[in-house]
Amino acid sequence: MQKIFNLACGSFYALGAYVGVSAVGWYVGAGGPPALFIVPLAVAGLAVGAVGVVVERGLLRFVYDRDETFQLLMTFAVVLMMEDAIRLTWGTAPRSTGGLYLAYGQVRILGATAPVYNLIVIAASLAIALAIGWLLTRTAFGRIIRATADNRDMAEALGVDMRRVYAKVFTLGTALGTLGGALVIPATAAMSEMGIELIVEAFAVVVIGGLGSMRCAFVGALAVGILRSIAISVYPELEMLLIYLIVIAVLVVRPRGLFGGAEA
Amino acid sequence: MKGALLVALATAAIAAVPLVASTYHALLMLPFMAYAVVLLGLNLLFGYTGLVSFGHALFIGLGAYTGAFLTTHAKIRSLEIILIAAAVLGALVAVPVAALCVRYVKIYFGMLTLAFGMVFYTFVLKFYRLTGGDEGMPFLRPSLLGQSLDAMPKIDYLVGPYYYYSLGVLALAAFGMWRIVHSPFGLCLKTIRDNPTKAETLGIGVTRHRFYAFVISAVYAAVGGALLGPPTGNVDPTLAYWTHSGNIVFMTLLGGFTSFFGPVVGAFVFIYLQNWVMSVVPYWRLIFGAMLAAIVIFAPEGLMGLVSRRRPASAARA
Repeated sequence: MQKIFNLACGSFYALGAYVGVSAVGWYVGAGGPPALFIVPLAVAGLAVGAVGVVVERGLLRFVYDRDETFQLLMTFAVVLMMEDAIRLTWGTAPRSTGGLYLAYGQVRILGATAPVYNLIVIAASLAIALAIGWLLTRTAFGRIIRATADNRDMAEALGVDMRRVYAKVFTLGTALGTLGGALVIPATAAMSEMGIELIVEAFAVVVIGGLGSMRCAFVGALAVGILRSIAISVYPELEMLLIYLIVIAVLVVRPRGLFGGAEA
Repeated sequence: MKGALLVALATAAIAAVPLVASTYHALLMLPFMAYAVVLLGLNLLFGYTGLVSFGHALFIGLGAYTGAFLTTHAKIRSLEIILIAAAVLGALVAVPVAALCVRYVKIYFGMLTLAFGMVFYTFVLKFYRLTGGDEGMPFLRPSLLGQSLDAMPKIDYLVGPYYYYSLGVLALAAFGMWRIVHSPFGLCLKTIRDNPTKAETLGIGVTRHRFYAFVISAVYAAVGGALLGPPTGNVDPTLAYWTHSGNIVFMTLLGGFTSFFGPVVGAFVFIYLQNWVMSVVPYWRLIFGAMLAAIVIFAPEGLMGLVSRRRPASAARA
């Protein structure tokens, strides 16, 4: 939306994951009921999104008027800093939330067993996607965001305070990233490399779906997820390779994404 | 001719390092020279054509793996053959990649190169039998100019013959690049960077020139990559990872992409600084990230830009 290709979004994801692990650890240590562990997890994930304000105000705002290359490099600088900041705070060993993943038990759907937690996360991401869609299309703030994305100078001329819009949008994006990281963590373990690995996947999602459209990104995420699972079960060597090849094919054939609008 | 004198002095200084400085510093110069070759090529694309590749680690990895493959599997130990093979392979891979990438500019170009880089990275990681997977593969000691130097102790080999061989390659590469950027072709590239529309109307094939610049830079990266192998004696997939691409763009920016020798200076400062910071605290990325941010905000023309700002008359925009 902001027309900034943020290499650092994966780092925010990793940060959310680590903070989530710590929050849950603290929560369990304080004797909270395990059934509600998702509450501190989500709160911590959202709260640490505040780091977005710091990054936006402290670094990114200096490069809005510069060449896109510098914006890219600035987010790369954030990637480098965050990776070591995480190592410095949490150490290099992987961290996990222990057995809480299955705290909600499992259910059988269509003959397959799925942990309830997975279903909660799926429901949560659907709800978040709907909420973002509503925010962007049905509210005044959403209209302003779309207007600035389309034509920044015009929006500014019409009296939109760009700095505040950018700060809000970036923080919102960061908070979603950290929340995503926090929510996924009970199912895996937090590693300091997860950020730089995720970025490539996130990038695949966005490219396949189409840039600058939430609905498309959602479809892209689904497509990448399904393709990965198919590739893993059919020919594991190809797993990520397949994703990148599709990304390249999409970029070459339809640079605006498979489901994006026609070339403007 | 002050510039030429400076270059001669710098070359003499590099040549003198193994004689006057400790072995430790001489060994540090080896990756510097290899990266300098890579960056000379990268800057043809970045500084002179205005395209920032986030996937040049692909070609570094390609060059390094070519050398490792030839020395371990094909029993070819001649560094001349390795370098030529790396260059040829780099060009062969670069042709389709460049053909697709140069149709786009700015962010799309960066993203597409990143995707190609990751394709190669995944390939190296997953095709274990050919590449050794995440463990990488050994890069056996190559022979230089037909002389097998296997009997020599490793350190003597590296700071002796191999050192001067690298310097020779670097000098040759720099001379070649100097000719390229000062040729009519180089002028065309600069025109394209500054005003692609005007370049097009002047009859310059914009896409075609970008394509050539990409392939040349890929060849430089592959040759530099092959030179990176022997000092460590091993190549691994991190050479091809996208953060490595980011690091070499960082080096270019650090030294100054607007100047011919900026990237070389950048490689030098990056390697020494990284080494020094790592000896003090293990968290070099934290410090380098902050440094990169500071450069982007305050000194987008890098160190060479700072120097030439103080002496505006100097020929920094070579």
